[in-house]
Parts: sequence; C-alpha cells; structure tokens
Amino acid sequence: MSVPKLEQLSQSVVQGPSLAAGAIPTRDWMDIPVKFTPGSYAYVAKKDKVEYLNSQSGLSFPNAREWSPEDDDWKLPEGWKEIILKGLQERLGKFRSLKIFMDCCVRCGACADKCHFFLGTGDPKNMPVLRAELLRSVYRNDFTLGGKILGRMVGAREMTVSVLKEWFMYSYQCTECRRCSIFCPYGIDTAEITMMLRELLHLVGIGINWILEPVSNSNRTGNHMGLQPHTFKDNVEFLVEDVESLTGVKPDISFNRKGAEILFITPSADVFAEPGLYTAMGYLLLFEAIGLDYTWSTYASEGGNFGLFTNNEAMKKLNAKMYAEAERLGVKYIIGGECGHMWRVVHQYMETMNGPADFLEKPVSPITGTVFENAASSKMVHISEFTADLIKHGKLKFDKSRNSHIKATFHDSCNPARAMGLIDEPRYILDHVVDWVEMPENTIREQTFCCGSGTGLNTDEIMELRMRAGLPRANAVKYVHEKHGVNMLSCVCAIDRATLTSLNDYWTPEVGVCGVTELVANAIVQEDETRGELEEGLRTMVF
Amino acid sequence: MKYAFSFLAVIALILIAWLGSQIPGMPYLFGIALPYLAMMIFLGGFVYRVVQWGKSPVPFSIQTTCGQGKSLDFIKHDRLEAPDTTAEVVARMFLEIVTFRSLFRNTKSELHDGPKITYESSKWLWLFAIIFHYSFLMVVIRHMRLFLDPVPFWIAWLEFGDGLFQVGAPTWYMTDIGLLAGCVLLFSRRLITRHVRFISLVNDYFPLVLIFAIAVTGILMRYFLRTEIDIVNIKQLAVGLVTFSPVIGTEIGAIFYIHLFLVCVLLAYFPFSKLMHFAGVFMSPTRNMKNNTRAVRHVNPWNPKIIPHSYGGYEDEFREFMVDSGIPVEKELPPKKDEEKDEE
Ligand code: HEM
Ligand code: SF4
Ligand code: SF4
Repeated sequence: MSVPKLEQLSQSVVQGPSLAAGAIPTRDWMDIPVKFTPGSYAYVAKKDKVEYLNSQSGLSFPNAREWSPEDDDWKLPEGWKEIILKGLQERLGKFRSLKIFMDCCVRCGACADKCHFFLGTGDPKNMPVLRAELLRSVYRNDFTLGGKILGRMVGAREMTVSVLKEWFMYSYQCTECRRCSIFCPYGIDTAEITMMLRELLHLVGIGINWILEPVSNSNRTGNHMGLQPHTFKDNVEFLVEDVESLTGVKPDISFNRKGAEILFITPSADVFAEPGLYTAMGYLLLFEAIGLDYTWSTYASEGGNFGLFTNNEAMKKLNAKMYAEAERLGVKYIIGGECGHMWRVVHQYMETMNGPADFLEKPVSPITGTVFENAASSKMVHISEFTADLIKHGKLKFDKSRNSHIKATFHDSCNPARAMGLIDEPRYILDHVVDWVEMPENTIREQTFCCGSGTGLNTDEIMELRMRAGLPRANAVKYVHEKHGVNMLSCVCAIDRATLTSLNDYWTPEVGVCGVTELVANAIVQEDETRGELEEGLRTMVF
Repeated sequence: MKYAFSFLAVIALILIAWLGSQIPGMPYLFGIALPYLAMMIFLGGFVYRVVQWGKSPVPFSIQTTCGQGKSLDFIKHDRLEAPDTTAEVVARMFLEIVTFRSLFRNTKSELHDGPKITYESSKWLWLFAIIFHYSFLMVVIRHMRLFLDPVPFWIAWLEFGDGLFQVGAPTWYMTDIGLLAGCVLLFSRRLITRHVRFISLVNDYFPLVLIFAIAVTGILMRYFLRTEIDIVNIKQLAVGLVTFSPVIGTEIGAIFYIHLFLVCVLLAYFPFSKLMHFAGVFMSPTRNMKNNTRAVRHVNPWNPKIIPHSYGGYEDEFREFMVDSGIPVEKELPPKKDEEKDEE
C-alpha cells in the first residue's frame, strides 16, 4: 500500500496502459469487474461508529458490521437489492436533478477528460459520464421502457452485487468537485450522481471510516476532530500564546459567550494541525487588529460538514448546530472561516435545510458599515468577503514586505469556485498582501482542479490514488514553481491545507501551503506590536 | 457492433416502408395513420416526460457558478456565469441554448512525459453540434411550407437565405448539406475519439443514422428523384393532415413513404430517448437557478424534520470539563454533596 516512487508513478501515469494515456480498451466496460486490493479503497466504517450514528434521531445508518471490501461476501442485508431500487425510486421522486441527469446525457464525452481522477488514473470508469452510467444503466433497466424491453442493447443492466461493488469503488473516486459540470452542455453534475450513489450505499451499510468517524465526532463533540470543549479551548489558547510571542499582541478571545456580536465558525482542523494552525492564528490576529466583538463556540466548533459526503439527512443534522448556537448565544450573524465544502453547504444548503434564519440580523460589518446584501437572508459571511471589504475601506494597515520571502500562487477550491462564485475576493486580498501569480488558465477559477482528496478521501491508505488524482493540480503548481519561482500555494480551504501539503510534498516539495488569512495576518501592522525581524525563508507565523 | 446494429435497424425500417407502401391500401397507413400516431406519441410522450420531471421538486439550489458571484460592490460580478436575477438566468440559458456556450469552453487534455498535462481549446464538438443542430432547425422550419397554405413570407425569406450560395438547379440548400455533414461528423467523432467510442451505445448511433437516412431520402426527393414523386399530392396530403382532412391522391412515390416513415419513427422515438436533452437543457437545475441562495432562501418542499444533537445534551455530557476550563454553561454543576450521595 506504500506510495510508489515519484519516477515510477510519473511513468505509469503517462504510459498507462490506460484510456487516458492513449490505450484502447478491448472490452466493454460492463464486462470489466472491479477488484479491491489494498490501496484501491478507503477503510470501511467501524462498526461502533455506524451504530452510534444509527442511534441518533433523524439519521439512518443501518447494517453496522465488521467487513472488508476485499471479501467476496459484503454481508449485505436481506433484500438489499429491493432496498437499493426503492431508494433510487424515492430519490428520483425527490430530486429533479437526478431525473434530468439520468435522462439527458447524450454521451458526447465533453466531460470525459475534465476529471482529475480520470487524468490521474486513466481508468475509463473515472470519466464522469461513465461514473454516471454506472447508475444510469441500472436506472434504464428498472425505470425506463426501452431498458425494460431491450436490456443491455440500450445500455441497461441489472442491479447485482458486482454493480454495487463498482458503485462503491467509483463513488469514492469522485471528490464531488463539479469540474465536469462546467463543460457539460446540459450542466449535468456528476457530483450529484456521486452523492446519490453514496446515499444509496449507506442504505445497505456501505461507507468509509474516514467520513463516518468525523460525522459521529462532529455530532457528539461539535467538531470532526473529536476535540472536547476544554481541549478545543486549550488548542485555541495555545495559538493565542503563539501569536503573542510572535507579535507581542495578545488576541482577546472568548468561547460560547452570549451577547457577542458575531459567532465565528471555522473548520476544526485549523486549530489542530499544521499548516492550518497558522491560518487560525491569522484569524486571531486579524480580529484583534480590528477589535471585533466575536466569540468561538465549542458546541458549533466545526465549519466543515462531513455529512455532505454521506447523505442529506446527516448533512442537515450537523449543519443545524450553526444556527442553533447562533440563536442560543444571541449573536447578530455568523462569519465563516476558510473552507471549501463547508461553504458549499453554507451557500447552497444551509438556509434551505435549517432556516429561515430570522433570529439573526442582516450582516453589517461593524468596522466599515458595509451591508453584506449577498448574505442578507442566510446571515453568514465568508471571511474573504469580510476581509476584502476591510481592505477596500483602508481599515487594515499592511507591510507587504513581511511576505517578501513568499512568491505565492492561489488554488481555487472547488466549492467556493463552482458552487458559490467566490473567486475574486481572495485575489483582491492577495493583491494587497503578497506578491503572487496565477497558475495556467485552464486550472484556475471555475476550471480549477481539485486537490484530489476532497469529500473525505484524504486518508492515508489510498495515498497513491490521491497523488494520482491530485496530479493535474500539482502539475500546475510545478509549472509556476519552475517558471516564476513560486514557493507557496495559498488557498481558502482547510481540507486543502492538509491535502495539498501531502500533494506538494510528493510532486513539488519546494512549494508550501498556506491560508490566505495567514498571509493577511503576516502583513498586518498593528500598534504596540513587537515583531522581530524575520529571517529570510522563515514562515512568519512560525517563530 | 453497436454502430453496425444502428445501420441494420435503419435499413430494416426503410425496407418496411418501401415494401409496405407498395401494398394496395397501405398508403393510408403510412401516409395518414402512422403520422397521426407518431405525432400523438411525440406530443404525448414529450409532455409526459416534462411533467414527470416537473413532478420531482428541486430541493436545493445547486447552480454551478462558472464565474464570479455577486458580492461586494468593488468585486466585478460575472452576470452571465453566476446569475443573480431572473433576467441574468434567462440570458445565461438563452446563450447556452442558441450558442452552446458550455461546449464552446471545451478543452482537450493530454498527458506528456514528465508527467506534464496540457490543455488546449477544442471546439470540434461545438462546431459539429452547431452545424448539426442549426441545419436540423432550418430543415424543420423549411418544411413548414408544406403544411401552410399560403406559405408565410418569412419562410420564403429563410429559404432564400439558406439557398444563397446557389449551386445548380434546383438550388441546393446549405442546411441540407449541413445536416448530412453534421450527422457524418458526429458519427465519425463517435467512432474515432477513443473515449467517446468507449461510452457510446446503440442509442447514441441510432438517432444519427436515422436522421442521416431521413436527410438522404429528403435530398433524393428534392434533387434527384423529382420525377418519381408528385409534389402537388404531397402538399395536399400535408395540408390535409394538419387540417384533419387528409386525402391521398394518386400515386405519390415509395421514396416519400420511406422518408415519412422514418420521420414518424424519429417522432415516436424522441420522447423515450436521449433526444429529450432538448427539453432537459431548459430544466437543468445547475444552469437555470440563480446564485443568490444566501440572499434569498430557497425552500425545499420535503425538508425533513431533523434536529441537531442538542446543546443541552452536549453540555450534559461535558459540563464538568466546561466548568473546569471556564467555558460558560447554561446549568451549573450540581453541588458536590448530591453527587456523593448518588454514588453511595
Ligand atoms: C437546445 C439546446 C441543445 C443542446 C445544447 C444540444 C446539444 C447536443 C449535443 C452536445 C449533442 C451530441 C452530439 C453527439 O456527440 O452525438 C446533441 C445531439 C443531438 N441533438 Fe441536440 N442539443 C440541443 C437541442 C436539440 C434539439 C432542439 C433537437 C431537436 C431535434 C436536438 C436533436 C439532437 C439530435 C437528433 C442529436 C444527434 C443524435 C445523437 O447524437 O444521439 N437537439 N445535441
Ligand atoms: S458532457 Fe454531459 S452530456 Fe456529454 S457525456 Fe458528459 S454528462 Fe453526458
Ligand atoms: S465531480 Fe469532479 S471528481 Fe466527480 S466526476 Fe466530476 S470532475 Fe470527476
């Protein structure tokens, strides 16, 4: 399961033999069964985690058991096939997107080479269109007239155990990044298909631990790391000390404080591990510099929502804490930290699921008076929107030279770019705080490439897959590293900070990873601060 | 195999129409009954499919943003790619439908040693699709002259434009060639591009072959077998069909019945096939929704009632730790004495 050497993988990606690398498959895809070997799948969910989740009100995660994808017998429940088909029928009735996406694909192939998993693995079933056909073939068989009559001739096939196994394999080789959807003439979003596949698989007890354990942690302790309230507080307090010894300014912080003006929620990974820690220190410094009246919460201590990667019920249940806590504390509105999929949920799902947020107020920046009309109803503002507005109004004083050891580039995270349209705010901020360049045009903005490990796939046992899937991103980083001497990959996503670090370590070890707010805080000039002169090349947040 | 099968199927259809229409009395079937039936299936099936789609709600606003969303005043909003108002959505959809904008964006990726991945603009599919669809559209519109009496002036205008590059007599229409070329190009692309070939099904080849055959029979009638058919009788039949008083005059010509029969098959096939992308593109939630979900709440009609693991439950589990580390709590710890008593 160890990751192949760089040279080996580099060759294998280009030479295949694979469809992406130019080989022509000789067998119809329906005749190629999946094989699970170590490294080809993420570990399945532990029995106790599934049991715990299944016991929670509103959630259903049945069929907890010990099993392995490598076994022939997956210990599926009695009548599993009916469960799946009934589940599919129910979802066709609940999601227009699913119906339309099942019916409208013309198999033009425009989406095929847009997926980083296809480019990195060369596996034809990683072409978005074929990933969708895995489900569509079953849909044809049981829900369309043509499929019922003509069967395989029109691309229909029966739901069998090997189809189910195929679903598991390929719905966990999709990071729901939506890049394919941009290029599809009908906007067919394979991420939606993957979500449906994962929902269906959970109905019969198929899920991975790297997702379900964080879901259960988030449910119980408020954050996916499983940090209990005192530990969460300790962690943030360590960061406060770090900031103080670095800058001489001690940020004022509070937890679960009623009456604060703003509730701040960010992915818990940022208070837990490098390099996210530096971004969290950045938040502390930024908020201190403007004297923001805000509080952290230990109950809603997770911005990320691993429920999104399971089913819409779990997503709703986890997300509901944000509003519940904002209401309990009586804040006016919420500011959310840098995170990709968290913002997919906040922007496109949160208020629909858990609103209306009429107990909160329309967000107004207490520093500049700007009304955030674009968040008027959901009452949650992105930290980059908030910061860009501060900069525009000249409320932050910067010394850009503090970042002069950095030549940055910017990675658009999939969800802010393609599910939100948050593209130029971080760029506006970067312009003010650091010297930076763009990566090549087909790899940024709405065409950005995923880090390769989103949607709960950043687990070590599938490292080779992740390095392959991350290749298109890494390749663009390498390009600007070689051409412009870029040494820092900035982003607005906590998962990215973890996954891009592994990715760069493998493909371009010369390039580090940081959050945009880290760069902001590096450059902020405050009264009373006593920053030491920094050595060239030192990460300024590190002391 | 799959493409060969499509050819076989279309050849079989041609034979059915050819031989069938020779049998006395059968022209009524091929000329009147089947067209009505096909039209009914087409209209009924089309409406049925759209209604079926419409029945499923759109629980979440899942627009894909292909550009900067509406945000702060000084951040330039990309109104087409991340629409915020209905008018902007309409503009986005309009351009999508008349110019195939998403296909225009298409790129081709290649893996090179290094590894190095390159992306270059690839507009072939866009070009082929534009040729095909616009030709198809024009051909359909031009056919209106058969059904309408008198022929509206704008049809004559379109015909004039279509025949502008006059070659020979009768005038060759550009779109006739375009339709044939479109079918051939799309078909060849399917065969030649290896990943498209890998995903193609009979259902992908069949409509192209069918439309190709329709176009060929049409062109044969217009340019080569003019004498075999009786255009006056055809017009009479066509007008009769739309006024619900069809009559079949004398001998019309087998080639016409083949053409008409293939059209009937296309009509009847349409609602049950991927050709429904025509209607689907208008209803695709990733494209026809506004990117204003934080400004205006989108309502999910089946929103399940699910409440979070409550704060109360959370505090109950961790109260002691919270109090110890100075995190405010709703309920203070019970006095120590009680706890000791409990334990006794
Ligand atoms: C309005 C927006 C439309 C878009 C964006 C669109 C796009 C496409 C695309 C990309 C293809 C695939 C070509 C291929 O690879 O084979 C296609 C095929 C086709 N479309 Fe459309 N189309 C639209 C409307 C229509 C309409 C109104 C019709 C009416 C009949 C139509 C009929 C067809 C047919 C017959 C084919 C070829 C058959 C096939 O490849 O299966 N389309 N379309
Ligand atoms: S781009 Fe869209 S229509 Fe074309 S193959 Fe992919 S999903 Fe199907
Ligand atoms: S959503 Fe992303 S990962 Fe999934 S199929 Fe599309 S391009 Fe690939």
